[in-house]
Amino acid sequence: MSSEAGKLFSYDMVDTPIHRLSGLTKLICFLFLTFAVMYSYDVRVILVVMVFSFVVLRVSRIKFSQIKLMVIYVAIFILTNMVLSFFFAPEFGVEIYGTRHVIRELWGDVALTQEQVLYQVTKQLKYASVIPLGMIFLLTTNPSEFASSLSRVGVHYKASFAVALTLRYFPDIQRDYRDISQAQQARGLDLSRKAKFVDRFKNALMIVVPLIFSSLDRIELISNAMDLRGFAKAKTRTWYTAKRFNRADYTAVILSGLIFLATISVSIFINQSRFYNPFI
Amino acid sequence: MDMENQPVIEFKNFTFQYFSQAEPTLYDINLSINEGEKILVVGPSGSGKSTLGHCINGLIPFAYKGEISGCLTINGVDTRDKSIFDLSKIVGTVLQDADGQFVGLTAGEDIAFALENDNVPYDAMHQRVRRVAEMVGMETLLDSSPFELSGGQKQRTSLAGVLVDDVDILLFDEPLANLDPATGKTAIEIIDDIQQRSGKTIFIIEHRLEDVLHRYVDRIIVLREGRIIADKDAHSLVSSEILKDTGIREPLYVTALKYAGVNVSEEIKPGYIATLELNETRNAVVDWHRSIKKDWRENTNPTILEMEDITFSYDGSRTVLQDINIKIQEGEMLSLVGKNGAGKSTLSKLLCGFEKENTGVIRYRDADIADLTIKERAEIIGVVLQNPNQMISKPMIYDEVALGLRFRNISEEEIRPRVEKVLKICGLSPFIKWPISALSYGQKKRVTIASILVLNPKILILDEPTAGQDFRHYTDIMEFLVEINKLGVTVILITHDMHLMLEYTPRAIVLSNGYIVADTKASIVLTDADVISSANLKETSLYHLAQMAGIANGTQFVQAFIDYERRLKKR
Repeated sequence: MSSEAGKLFSYDMVDTPIHRLSGLTKLICFLFLTFAVMYSYDVRVILVVMVFSFVVLRVSRIKFSQIKLMVIYVAIFILTNMVLSFFFAPEFGVEIYGTRHVIRELWGDVALTQEQVLYQVTKQLKYASVIPLGMIFLLTTNPSEFASSLSRVGVHYKASFAVALTLRYFPDIQRDYRDISQAQQARGLDLSRKAKFVDRFKNALMIVVPLIFSSLDRIELISNAMDLRGFAKAKTRTWYTAKRFNRADYTAVILSGLIFLATISVSIFINQSRFYNPFI
Repeated sequence: MDMENQPVIEFKNFTFQYFSQAEPTLYDINLSINEGEKILVVGPSGSGKSTLGHCINGLIPFAYKGEISGCLTINGVDTRDKSIFDLSKIVGTVLQDADGQFVGLTAGEDIAFALENDNVPYDAMHQRVRRVAEMVGMETLLDSSPFELSGGQKQRTSLAGVLVDDVDILLFDEPLANLDPATGKTAIEIIDDIQQRSGKTIFIIEHRLEDVLHRYVDRIIVLREGRIIADKDAHSLVSSEILKDTGIREPLYVTALKYAGVNVSEEIKPGYIATLELNETRNAVVDWHRSIKKDWRENTNPTILEMEDITFSYDGSRTVLQDINIKIQEGEMLSLVGKNGAGKSTLSKLLCGFEKENTGVIRYRDADIADLTIKERAEIIGVVLQNPNQMISKPMIYDEVALGLRFRNISEEEIRPRVEKVLKICGLSPFIKWPISALSYGQKKRVTIASILVLNPKILILDEPTAGQDFRHYTDIMEFLVEINKLGVTVILITHDMHLMLEYTPRAIVLSNGYIVADTKASIVLTDADVISSANLKETSLYHLAQMAGIANGTQFVQAFIDYERRLKKR
């Protein structure tokens, strides 16, 4: 059974410096770097962070196959975003930077300007540098440790435990779903596209109803098991998977803190605005 | 009894009624249990034995509400004056579903769960988890996820998860229900060893009497219809009529002794096979064995289903099935056995067309069925899942059974007689207009079988049809399947249940790591040491009895027992 079930998050315990960091560290670094990139519109700063995040991606030995699907989605998103931004506001760059250097007239009074190109490239690079950071965080953090770090930054432990519990039982429910679906298909249920839309909806219910009933049994059992071992009796709880902060964690937090401060400083002292303006 | 020691658990005139029920589930229970005792509670389904367990661990009255009269004290304090959390520090509960109660993402995390909730600091927690894991032999598997652990390992994890709290009382609610025979045997040994070492009070709720009596227990409490009807030691209980009257299966060797005309009394210490003293009754057993005529009827019907050189792999690298060659004769009833992960479910998925074999041919009456769709195959081969809740999707019995026919666009005029006929076969005619929610588990199981039978399959595959059922329900379901089988339906049972193999299926196919390691008589499968270990079975106690009686060929003795029973039941 387990061979086909697979793991939901392809979190793999590989031994790299990134995996060894505590979940809390990774969450803090992720937030620092994300804020840095989100705040700044300086393409130079963003490029630095982007190179940094690709280096980290490399260090954490994440395989392309693990993130392939996500990369495709992100690429589609960035491309759509780029096209739409241009169609809805082709002069936005001009507005921001206050100059207008036309590269090429397009149609009507719409033109491609250097300002617009810089603005849009900057914006897309922002996404391109933040998303690898998110992937690193998700793929190198044990889901329970993720829950424990959520609770350490102030999320109530019942809510963060729910995250871990969902990850624990998701594969079981997937397996139930597959078993039920196969058994119903044997009785003649047609799930293919040949069936009419209304029928397909009705047919989906044939799987969902048994799935709900078998999941309800499961939930009663889990909640009894948790009660019997004292879940939620105290205001706080400790975590088996929590990792202690060590030198590497402090270094990582300080490093990402410095990057954050540097970004802000560049904006305040050098650019005197969130935007880097090479046109004046 | 030592008067200075007050009982750890004491029920006094205790009656409990769930708010949702019209009648009390437990009546006037008086029971006291002393520190360090090992108690087994047996009783058929619905006798109130799980409810008794819930009262001790605090699920009653804290999670399940109801009315209590009389009182229950644990360590001298009324449970109503404690909270479920207080009780969890005294009573550790291991539930029957080792997978469902596994709340952690790894074994270590699951063991630590109670400590986490107690705010135990990191270092102390890791130390205690490690120490307890060593007690149950899980120390090398602390980082494994539940998907990588076997049923037995998950149960050990659960046990460690309550031992970690250093509780005084260990409560096991049907610990054997989801385990194969070999793992169940080990579980009983682990429970016993822990009690020997720690002196904890042990409370086991289980209806599989013989399996628990693999090791010594102090007292056996028998519950029936919410009342305690016996509180005895094993020898006295086994030699009484109580087991027969309450519908609890007596140990198999005791049945054999009775067939042989031996007077099973306390003097021969029949409670455990290890203590049994045959002495002069040995001759009776030998004589009985000699008197039984062989009754092996070869099934000479044409082959209905054939698998030839089947191999299969889910991912292209790890083969799940290899060199599978099986011929099944029409009208057979046979068992497919093997450890979890041996390939049994995969084999049935190939037959139903849910998965496609990589090489080889599956033939139905000599015709290759490779081109048949899932829907078309279902009219030849029907499959019934273990959990009826996974199959039932309609609120009314009639609609549920009619579903497969409606999917095939058969007219309502034709559907009605077919549904009525199949409900009659399944003994469900009186319920034709009932909602499914009003049925018991066993009746639901029948509904799911009816909903498959209505398609007229020639072959029926059932996955663990009797799992978790008490002796009466087990017998009901199996006798029902015998009836179906007599109507000409070939029945394949995927099972761990050794009684089922012994009593109902003359032939057993054993899978191990994707290979067929045996395809032979059930009596051979249950007595061949190699096959037993490859399929996680255990030797039947009949084999030990044969040895004790000095019968050289144990397999023959087991076969003789099967033949004798078959003649007795006129099958």
